[in-house]
Parts: sequence; C-alpha cells; structure tokens
Amino acid sequence: MKLTEQQVRHVARLARLALSPEELVTYREQLSAVLDAVDALAQVDTTGVVPTSVVGASTPHLRADVPHGEVGVKVALANAPQVDGTSFAIPRVIE
Amino acid sequence: MPRADFQVVIGLEVHAQLLTSTKLFSGASTSFGGDPNAHTSIVCLGLPGVLPVLNQRAVELALSAGHALECTIAERSEWSRKHYFYPDLPKGYQITQYEFPICLGGRVVFDGPEGEKTVRLTRIHMEEDAGKLVHQGAVSLVDLNRAGTPLLEIVSEPELRSADDAVEYLKALRDVLVWVGVNDGNLEEGSFRCDANVSVMRHGATTFGTRCELKNLNSFRFIKQAIEIEASRQVELLEGGGKVEQETRLFDPQRGETRSMRSKEDAHDYRYFPDPDLPPLLLSKARIEQARQALPELPRARRRRYVEALGLPPYDAGVLTADRAMSELFERCLAEVGEAKPVSNWFMGELSRLLNETKTSVAEVKFTPTQFAAVLRAVKDGVVSGPGAKELFAELFATGKDPHAIIAEKGLAQVNDDGPLLEAIAQAMAEAPKNVESYRNGNTKIVGAFVGAVMKKLGGKGNPRRINELLVEKLKA
Amino acid sequence: MKGLVALTKALADGATSSVETTKALLQKPDLVGAFLLRDDAGALAAAKASDERRARGAALGPLDGVSVALKDNILTEGVVTTAGSKLLAGFVPPYDATVTTRLKAAGAVLLGKTNLDEFGMGSSTENSAFQQTKNPFDLTRTPGGSSGGSAAAVAAGLCAGALGTDTGGSIRQPAAFTGLVGLKPTYGRVSRAGVVAYASSLDQVGPLARSVEDVALLLEAIEGFDAADSTSSDVAKTAWREGLRSGVKGLRVGLPKELFVDGMDPEIDASVRAAARRLEALGAHVVELSLPHTKYALATYYVIAPCEASSNLGRYDGVRYGHRAKDVKALKDLYEKSRSEGLGPEVKRRIMLGTFALSAGYHDAYYVKAQQVRTLIRRDYEAAFASVDVVLSATSPVLPWRLGEKLDDPLAMYLMDVLTLPCNLAGLPGLSMPCGQSKAGLPIGLQLLGRPFDEATLLRAAHALEADLNLSLEPR
Repeated sequence: MKLTEQQVRHVARLARLALSPEELVTYREQLSAVLDAVDALAQVDTTGVVPTSVVGASTPHLRADVPHGEVGVKVALANAPQVDGTSFAIPRVIE
Repeated sequence: MPRADFQVVIGLEVHAQLLTSTKLFSGASTSFGGDPNAHTSIVCLGLPGVLPVLNQRAVELALSAGHALECTIAERSEWSRKHYFYPDLPKGYQITQYEFPICLGGRVVFDGPEGEKTVRLTRIHMEEDAGKLVHQGAVSLVDLNRAGTPLLEIVSEPELRSADDAVEYLKALRDVLVWVGVNDGNLEEGSFRCDANVSVMRHGATTFGTRCELKNLNSFRFIKQAIEIEASRQVELLEGGGKVEQETRLFDPQRGETRSMRSKEDAHDYRYFPDPDLPPLLLSKARIEQARQALPELPRARRRRYVEALGLPPYDAGVLTADRAMSELFERCLAEVGEAKPVSNWFMGELSRLLNETKTSVAEVKFTPTQFAAVLRAVKDGVVSGPGAKELFAELFATGKDPHAIIAEKGLAQVNDDGPLLEAIAQAMAEAPKNVESYRNGNTKIVGAFVGAVMKKLGGKGNPRRINELLVEKLKA
Repeated sequence: MKGLVALTKALADGATSSVETTKALLQKPDLVGAFLLRDDAGALAAAKASDERRARGAALGPLDGVSVALKDNILTEGVVTTAGSKLLAGFVPPYDATVTTRLKAAGAVLLGKTNLDEFGMGSSTENSAFQQTKNPFDLTRTPGGSSGGSAAAVAAGLCAGALGTDTGGSIRQPAAFTGLVGLKPTYGRVSRAGVVAYASSLDQVGPLARSVEDVALLLEAIEGFDAADSTSSDVAKTAWREGLRSGVKGLRVGLPKELFVDGMDPEIDASVRAAARRLEALGAHVVELSLPHTKYALATYYVIAPCEASSNLGRYDGVRYGHRAKDVKALKDLYEKSRSEGLGPEVKRRIMLGTFALSAGYHDAYYVKAQQVRTLIRRDYEAAFASVDVVLSATSPVLPWRLGEKLDDPLAMYLMDVLTLPCNLAGLPGLSMPCGQSKAGLPIGLQLLGRPFDEATLLRAAHALEADLNLSLEPR
C-alpha cells in the first residue's frame, strides 16, 4: 500500500523519530515499496490459522521469589547521560 | 431537569500490588525506601539484551486472588507488550496481559445499605508497574525502584450505581485481597490504587452514557467525592445540552473538581502484541485446583459461620473477622476451649483492650492458645476470681508465662476450702454481734458487709460465692 | 591460520602457547575492517591465564587458550558494546551475555568485537554506524551481513572462530560470502540473554568458523538451557563432534523447488546442484519437494521482524544510557532528537515499518496476518520433515555484491534474504557451508535446514560433504 505523508508523519511521531521534509519524502517512497511487497500476504487464506507469536519453550521457567541481581546505584547510573543524586535526570517534564 | 432523573454507572479498575519479595520479571527487591534506583537490576533498567523471567510467587498470588474472587482461572494466559514512551517506563513498553488474562469473570460481594450486593468482575490480569518521576526545578528525576513491581489489575463490570456502593465494593475487595495475603491494602502508599470509569444515563435508559476515567483517587473519601463530583459534572453538561467526551480526568481534591488530562499531546496507540520473550503461561487443571484447595476460609463465609454455627452475635462475628490474624488466633483458641461465647468475650474485651493499649499486633501476641484456654478453665473452675482472671490474663499477655505459674507467683488462687472460710466467718461474726442481730431481725441486706469483712480477712482471695453460702448458713443458725 | 580444533590440538601438544597465538592475531593488521574493537589487554590477560592453567595442570575448558571474536551485539562486561549503532557508542555493559560467560568458562580468549549492520539490520554490514567491512576474497565486495565483521575476521585469519547472530540469515549469508561454515541453531538452543535484541522471536546466536568440526566445538560451548532466557529450551547438551563421522548413507535430502528461485545466479545454482549429486554419491537419497508458502516468507519476515524491532528499540530513549541529543528542553525533543541522531536510516525504516504494522487499524492486516502465515510456513517444513531429514538449497541467490551497490534500494536488499528467512520463521536449525567458488573466485555457500533440535543431522551431512568436496577456499 501507498502511505500518505500524513501517515508517515504519524508513524514517526508514534516511534519518536523526527524526520526532515526530505526524509519524509524518501521514507514515504521506501516504506510504500516495502508495503507493496508485503501486501502479498493478503493473498494467503489464513481462515482459522492460529498465529505463531512465540517459538521455543512452551511455558516459561518460573523464578523463585528470592532477591538477587540488584546492581547498586553506581552501576545503574554508570552509562547515564545526566544524573542528579542517585536519579537519572532529564529536562523537566511539563504535564 | 432534576438530578434524580439520572443514574450514575460506575466500573472500577483496581491496581493491587502483589506481596512478593522481588519484582515480576527481575530479582530486584520490591521493598520501599532506599535511595532512588537502589532496587534495580539490569532488567529493571531496561539495558540492552535483558530478558524477563517470571516470578513464581506472583503467579501463585494471582491464583489465590482469582480463586478468592471466584474467577475462572485460564489454563493458558499470554503476556503482551503495551507501548508508550515515558521516562518512568524503561523499555518503552509495559509487560501486561491483554488478550488472554490469567483470570476471567469472578465477583465481589459486599453489604450495601439495602443488603448484600454482588458486582461481577470482567477480568483480572497481571502486569508490571512503572517507575517514578519527580519534578525538581529545571529537571525531572527518574527513579526505577518501583519499575517492574508486580500488580494485579482487577476490572469490574459497570454494575455499580452509587459512589457509596463503589466504596463498599472497594473495601470488600481490599478485605479479600488482604485476607488471602495477596496485597497489603494500603491506599496512601499506592499499593492498592483505583481508577473509576464513570458515566450517567437517564433512568430507564438502555444504553450507557459516554464514560470518563478518573485518576488520582488515593483514599476512600476521595473516591466517593470524585465520583459524585464527576457525575454532577456530567449531568449538568447533559442538562445544558452538552455532550460528555470520553477522556481521562484527574481528581483534584483541593479544588474539589475533576479536570481533563488532555494535555498529553496525542492519542495513545499502544500497539499491543504478544511478548516474544515470554511463552504463554500454562497452568494445569491440577495446579489450579491445588491453589483453590489451599485457599483459606474467606471473611464473609467465616462471619456467616460464626453467626449461624457458633451462635455469636453478628457484631462479634464482624469484629472477629475484621483482621485475618485476629481471626486465626480466635480459631485456634476456640479449638482449645471448645465454647465460642467465652472466647469471643475475652477477644472482644480484654484482648482487644490490651492490644490497643500496648500497640501490639496480633502477630506479636506471646500466649499460646493452650495457655489462653488455661485462663478460661481457671475462671470456670473457680481457681481464680473474676478480677484475678483479668490480672492473670494481663500478666500472660505481657510475659507469655505459664498461667499456673503466674497464679502461684502472684497468689491469685482463690480460697475455696470451707475450713479457713468458716474460721474467718466466725471471727467476723464475733467482731460484729450487732450486725448478726440485725440480720436475724430481718435485715438480710447486711450480709454484704459480712462478705466484705470476711474477704478482707482472707486478703481478697476467698471464693465470694462460697463465702456467701457459708455466711447465710451461719447467720441463719 | 589454523582452525579451532587444530589450534586446540597445537596448544595441547605444546606446539604453541595461547599468548603466542593471541599476540600474533592481535598484531595482524585488520585490512578488512572486521573489528570495531580489539581488546588487546583483556585478550592477553586471558591468554596468559590459560597458559598458566595449562602449565599448572589445572582443569582446562574445551576452548582453553583459543581466540574467538564476538559480534558487537553480544554484551561483554566492561568492554564497549555498540551493536553497530551511534546510539550506543561508548556503552559499557555491566554484565556479560550468557554466551560470553560460557565462552569464558570454556577457556576461550575473547579477542574483540566485530562489525555488524546496526542492531543486526542488514545483509551487507554497510549499515554499521562506524566502518565498512570488506570481503577478504574481494575487498571491493561485501562480506555479507549482518554478522559481516565476524565472518570477515575468521576468513581473514584474524581469529580462529567467531560468534554471530542470525535473525533472517545474518550468520549463514556472511558465512556463504566468505567461504566459512556458519550455523544458526534451533530457536531456543542458545540463550539470547545479553544479546542486543533485534527481533526476539527470530534472533539466535551461533558460530562461524572454518570447518564443520570447529562449528560443532563452538556450539558445544555456548548451547544449553539458561534460566535468564524464558524462551530457552531445556534440551540436553550434546557431544556434537562424536557423531560427525557417521556419514550420510540413507540420509533423505530434499531440494525444495521454491528455494531454487528465478533470478538465481547460474554459477550458484550449478554449484549447489553439484553438491547435491555428491551427497547422492555418498549414499543419500535426494528428492524434490515443495514448500508452498515459501513465496510469502519475505513478506512475513518484513512484517514480523520490524514489528518486534520497533518494540525492542523503544528502550533507546536517551534517558538511562546511550546517546542523548544536546540542549534538549522538552521531553518530545529528548526522545525525537536523541533517537533521530543516534539511529541510522535502515533502523529508522524498520522501526517505522513495524510501528505502522502494529498501529491501530493495520495491526490485524499486517501483524496478525503475518503471524498466521508464519504458522503456515512452519507447517510446510513440518510436513517436509516427515519425508526428508534435511532440506538443501543455496544460502544466497547471488554472489557477494559490490559495496554500495544496493544501498539506495532497501527492497532489493531485502530480496537477497529470501533463502535464509524461512529457517528463522520456522525456528529451525540452519547451516551454511562452502560448496564451491565462482569463476571470479568468490565463495559459494549451500544451506542445510533440519528438524528442530536436530543439529546433529545437519552437522553430520555437512561434515560428509565437506570431506568429499575437500575445498580449500583461501582469500587471495
């Protein structure tokens, strides 16, 4: 399917990506081309077919409720771009 | 058009924190306190490459809650990702249950003003909590200590019809969750949170009005207020020819109003899909049944049994089942004593008083049910007097010592032998010949003075009933 | 350059030491741009420790003293891991991936981190934010991708073996392009814990090395249940090398007509069919078969992988680690600028594609539909494996292309993955091995697919063919 500019803008916003006007045009074309190819799926009769979402183990292994693995604030914050006390800091969020 | 023409319709979504030691998908502690981010693991931090591993205890607690609320437990439930960006959500998605929750249906029973009511549940699902964002000057601070804490979301059908009923529903739901040990019931600290979906419709209407979701309801009082205020707002809006818009509204207790949270720039599109990191949770029929068997008798059932089978007054039954620990202690003492009413009297009276005065919790109680039964037996057998029994129990409560040892130590035993009693009576009569005379002349009331005198000679330890009997016998002679 | 097994033997015989071989490898210039980081200090310390263990007569691991490289989406505690993304430049993980831990426990010397397409998204390693990796057989051509750095490192003799990850062919296709053996294990056989996620239901870690036996040795070291990965399967570990030499007599080999696609390079077609005839000569029964839903594999993959990627990459928000744009004042900018600056165009494309396919109104037509078709593809293979033991095809329909050649047309690039995708969609084990060379001297690879958890049969068939073909592919 062919995406509209509006759709591309909406998707970029949902994904928290900022696009320049040129990027908007390029991505619109490229994504539309991929979606055209993907639209082949519509030809498949999938009536009553159960979707496969998870492969591998059939049910998760359950963990005992015993504390382990806390890394401590030093490690937790080690890669942070901005820190205040033992918190991650970001520009003030206006609600 | 008057307000009375409208009916309020309420559905509640409760988020109850599960009482686990660790988070839903990570081994980090769920304990309160500590520096921001002290209780984080690589999983809570959403680092690259981390994977969720499900907490067994959280599943067990969800099963208990589901059974206690008479839900159908799913043999297969599924984990989904709910996507949105917010700084307190480390992965950019919350792991929750969407299409296939662990519990379906169920109900909450509570006592409304017009008697017992039942509200059906839509579902209960498990999910992880987000972290916390604190605003401070030019920055906002992200603390992930709470991120990943296991929650149960309990969703009711829109069957509540008043703010009072909503509060009673929540109290009853909280009682059950606390009773089965799933949740601590604390609204202020946010471990039992509630959102309310409120709409209004005209009486006799067959379709619901447009609903608004109310947030920030962290006390029963606020819940009642918020619902009433919101319902009035909607009625006024409709009466003025307006339309209710479906939205999320924040309750502001200071201003006594609800207000729109539309400031969030765009409509959410959560893009749910099954989490490929977590296979579906499969529970065998046997496992589900086992959890049902392990469930304790629930407060409402127990209350009914106390009234119907034990013959206790409804008030007593209510007090004795208000708290699980108290009720369990009552059960164990009852098993030792065998007769409900005296046990109930002691629990409602002396025990409650002592717990209150000493600010002791039931869990800290020092005496054993056997010791408790020994106190009651000492009273029944006349070994101790009424006041002596209170002293005995107080000492037992304080120390947990053997009641017989306390009786001996404190000299609480009553004198029941006729020999010393008769001796004291003889002395008392000899010391007050005028009173003897007076009695024999018909002033039988004066026997009280003699009892007092005799008791004094015995240091207060004579069996008053026997003293009375013997006195009457002697005075008449 | 010796292979892993040969090196293990040389170390055991005292013909060389770990420090000696490690030093030699670290000093060798990286002319193909395979490594993003060579951990000289760490590798030498590990080599020294290994030599000391050996001298002491202490217990040795199966890979003791042997040098291995890791694709840079596999986390290494204290050693920068970037996943080929500017967004993670300088990111120092506080923990090891399970496979890293297991390699260390086996005594391996970890030489460094190899280049890749950003987050594993690509088929040429050209989507790396940092550098271009070249094919050792022709420096103007791609080594394939996304594990192109690992493949180039092994093929160029910069390490004895390497780990890659494979989401849609990212181990097998680079192995084919560089004359190596590469194995994508059954989904769930190797832990994904500590591996930067691209598409969680498709990703799997696996070895690239110079021989089937080397690959088996690496697989033994990394496989097995891991409590940190809920999709990890609790299957017994296997002594893979023991069964390698049992031959292929009676083995049923299927050639699916749908995997011999139109537009396939004739040299590849011929080489793969010739290899099939060799298997027949060795006693295998070769039959044609049909996998009818194969033609939808590409569409299925390019819905599912982007959907999962769009979700997995939501965590890169500039809040707790990774790139944060400068001077951002509002939350919206913090997110949008940090992500837009940190992520490359192919990653953005896939994030947007996945976000769209999951969005309200399109979720059922794309995401759910693709998961249903995935079921049908899986069933095709289940049915096929009722009558054959392995499925044989080419690994790539084309030879390694020139660097830069396909960069402007994402869809054309996606089409190159057509033969390797079904294996991931069905969760099967898949192996690529060299089966010949083009006239221009470029390696040609064939792919063997097996039943879930039946890597043994794949390795056995590959070993027999390897011995029979007796190729010696060396970069010029």
